[in-house]
Amino acid sequence: MASGSERILEVRDLVKHFPLTQGIVFKKQIGAIKAVDGVSFDLNRGETLGIVGESGCGKSTLAKVLMALERPTSGSVVINGRDIAKAKGGELKRMRRNIQMVMQDPYTSLNPRMTVGDIIGEPYEIHTDVAPKGDRRKRVQDLLEVVGLNPDHINRYPHQFSGGQRQRIGIARGLALQPEIIVCDEPVSALDVSIQAQVINLLERLQNEFNLAYIFIAHDLSVVRHISDRVGVMYLGKFVELGKDAEIYDRPAHPYTQALLSAVPVPDPEGREQRERIILQGDPPSPANPPSGCRFRTRCWKAQEICAEEEPLLQIRPGTTHESACHFAETHDVVHVS
Amino acid sequence: MSNPTPPVGPGLPETQTLIPDTTTAPGKEKESKQGKQGKPASLWTDAWYDLRRRPMFIISVIIILVLLVMSFWPSLFSSIDPYNARTCDLSTARQGPSPGHLFGRDNLGCDVYARTIYGARNSIVIGVFTTLVTTLIGGLLGIIAGFRGGMVDTISSRVTEIFFAIPSILGALLIAATFRGRYNSILLVIIALSVLGWPMVYRIMRAAVITAKNQDFVVAARALGAGAGRIMFRHLLPNSLAPVIVVATINLGTFIAAEAALSFLGVGVQSPDISWGLMIADARNRFLEAPLPLVFPAVFLSITVLAFIMMGDAVRDALDPKLR
Amino acid sequence: MKRTSTDVLPGEGALGDEPLLAVDNLHVEFHTRAGTVRAVNGVSYTVAPGETLAVLGESGSGKSVTAQAIMGILDMPPAVIPKGEIRFKGTDLLKLSEEARTQVRGQRIAMIFQDALSALNPVFTVGWQISEMFRVHRGMSKADAMKKAVELMDRVRIPAARQRVHDYPHQFSGGMRQRIMIAMSIALDPEVLIADEPTTALDVTVQAQIMELLAELQRESQMGLILITHDLGVVADVADKIAVMYAGRIVENAPVYDIYKAPAHPYTKGLLDSIPRVDQKGQDLYAIKGLPPNLLDLPTGCSFHPRCPYRQDNCVTDVPPLYEISGTRGSACHYWREVLDGERQ
Repeated sequence: MASGSERILEVRDLVKHFPLTQGIVFKKQIGAIKAVDGVSFDLNRGETLGIVGESGCGKSTLAKVLMALERPTSGSVVINGRDIAKAKGGELKRMRRNIQMVMQDPYTSLNPRMTVGDIIGEPYEIHTDVAPKGDRRKRVQDLLEVVGLNPDHINRYPHQFSGGQRQRIGIARGLALQPEIIVCDEPVSALDVSIQAQVINLLERLQNEFNLAYIFIAHDLSVVRHISDRVGVMYLGKFVELGKDAEIYDRPAHPYTQALLSAVPVPDPEGREQRERIILQGDPPSPANPPSGCRFRTRCWKAQEICAEEEPLLQIRPGTTHESACHFAETHDVVHVS
Repeated sequence: MSNPTPPVGPGLPETQTLIPDTTTAPGKEKESKQGKQGKPASLWTDAWYDLRRRPMFIISVIIILVLLVMSFWPSLFSSIDPYNARTCDLSTARQGPSPGHLFGRDNLGCDVYARTIYGARNSIVIGVFTTLVTTLIGGLLGIIAGFRGGMVDTISSRVTEIFFAIPSILGALLIAATFRGRYNSILLVIIALSVLGWPMVYRIMRAAVITAKNQDFVVAARALGAGAGRIMFRHLLPNSLAPVIVVATINLGTFIAAEAALSFLGVGVQSPDISWGLMIADARNRFLEAPLPLVFPAVFLSITVLAFIMMGDAVRDALDPKLR
Repeated sequence: MKRTSTDVLPGEGALGDEPLLAVDNLHVEFHTRAGTVRAVNGVSYTVAPGETLAVLGESGSGKSVTAQAIMGILDMPPAVIPKGEIRFKGTDLLKLSEEARTQVRGQRIAMIFQDALSALNPVFTVGWQISEMFRVHRGMSKADAMKKAVELMDRVRIPAARQRVHDYPHQFSGGMRQRIMIAMSIALDPEVLIADEPTTALDVTVQAQIMELLAELQRESQMGLILITHDLGVVADVADKIAVMYAGRIVENAPVYDIYKAPAHPYTKGLLDSIPRVDQKGQDLYAIKGLPPNLLDLPTGCSFHPRCPYRQDNCVTDVPPLYEISGTRGSACHYWREVLDGERQ
């Protein structure tokens, strides 16, 4: 739960375009993939913002830009008053201590040639002033304990662990520098169903213990609802809807959110014949050439002329209590969760 | 969906409150089984398991070990020191095998067996050092080009292609002939072969680094703020080494063959140093009347080259199960 | 005893009591250097025409290996089938010659995979790949087969099929590629379709499209559908009955409504309980403790006992048979009554 309302992350008008080029030596730009195209949000200390959307919507690129792994084309990512998107060298390195990440695939995110101790201890080798040398081994063992692994396993290699245990190692590495923000990019989607709950519980416990703020990116909508205080729905590089978890799930206002929620299979066969199902036609358009006006209009059943002409802004619309980007926003409970 | 209450059935006392530290238990439980279970072992352990079962690998390793011993302690194999001119006797030139001179004698009446044994050292020294130099140069450039990408990669790759386009034995011949006599002949052979030998390693390393670079653990290291040096040598290098080791082993064999070719053409190892290529060259004029002084060094050369190439092949197969 | 393709399956048509497809006490082992991996340990299930059987399980539960055994696409060795039968219309497929088996595979029993991109050949056009089915199995001419390919692409709702028939797999989106796979699998009107995680790699909105398409095709042709998945939501949506697999065994089978209302095996119950629910916000999720079993070294007795909250002493020693709960339900738990009573509402 959000404790207080101290704002630690401010993202404003974030844009990331990947140029499409032709030629090898003399490159000519022939277009751009508009992966993230104007995203703004805030994050408070101890809060979780869930980000949902389908593949290609730009959520992973957003994570990379937040982590300063990619420079944004424009816009700012302000952490505790300083813009990480413009930071360089030593300042950037210092700022990284405040924002860390947990990655999706526990099999590729750990260097197979390093021991668990080296993997979790690497943050201290990079940021030498965080922990004195003699202290590091102890700290790594403490971290292993915190994430529920046996501290005696410090000299093992990643392949000696199961997927869920590897994900715990990745989480321990993310915690080492005591960040305030952790970006979780699909942290449980590669895990077996019976293991996912264990890792989600761990993430929640760590959040309470260390007052962490999470950006929680996932495509599993029920998991996002469980862990998030607020949720943003992304489509083709933009937020189409942003609000508290109950607002998004019980009173979605944007047609895309409604379609997305109705497409999620409900794990209960009762009444499945009567269930309302909005099946979208076709595939999302290419982010290299998004539709004019509203980007969702090509698949939207509500689309009118205005949708092609005027881009709907993300704002609170009449009859709704949270921000949505649709000219015809109207809340509609599609899931009927009792 | 219905609204299930937390299950409170008989026999279900503490299941709802699974606290994370209980997950330590299965970890420990697993440990006890670690010995028995065939967890996917690391690349090298797996490869080693595989290699021990390949006759081709075993044979080539034995041959190479014998050759190494031969080049470090040739006196173990031959009581005659061919570098001592007094062991030669012109009056016995081209004599066939006789007790004490198993392979017969050459044009100058020197013992062919002793010379063949002592010739191993120069071949091995040249092969090993050329491999080291080319692997270092090619590997370093490859890792930088692969990691940096962009302009650095474009330029270095074009330069490499130019070197690649020169037929290496011809280029080495040119270099060796130009500087002949000015340097120690063995050093010169190493230099001549190295100048044109590194592009292969460069290509392999660069390709491996580019693959490794996109792996998540490298992204994770960058997110931690790791510098270029750490990423290259701590993360990329250990994960790109396997194909380079394979190609280096195979190269070692081909460099030994190339040394023989250069020496045969008269621009390689020079007398009084001994080398198989040189021995073949010396014996070729009288091959018809006395074939043995040519045959023995040639057979040793072939076996040596083959052993290294066989070992490289075996290692490649073991490291890359897809090729099986 | 060589069979010609015309009498592949004697007694065909006279189904009697025999279901369309019946897997009976199937065992599959893999002999590896680390030991024997017992992937499937006595699995039995049946599918009737027009019926959807969902096989639910995690990675390593043996659900895909069973399917591959049905299709006859296991690599043998290392795989060995020491015991069991796979009866298709009364004929044990495992006893057929390889030649006769080929006649069944693809024509009578077809399969679609999770990863459509790697299942399609990148160097041939999709039209060529679909029409190959007709050329090879039906001996059609190139032109006729191509015409059939376009028809099929229409049937699986690929827009502008006539033009796109000449495109290559990489030119299609993930959802469209899965449609092409489906088109290929239904080309020869199979009686059984096995779908191995067909939507796992796809987004939810595309998943909804594909599941709808499969359901429609099934209604039209009365295929028996075996849906292999780990997704409890997808199962609840489309299945008629469910077989839950754990460590190479079926631990529970039941009609779909029964199992979600009241699971009779602790593993099924654990899976259902660990789905995040709205009223659990801010609380820990129920989590099945521990790790999935190591197939090289299965626990004694019931394979689930190290993780089971209902465990008693005999679970460690006695392998539970699949107890019959009713005519259509079974649970491989000594204490299924207790599990069933600990009711979910």
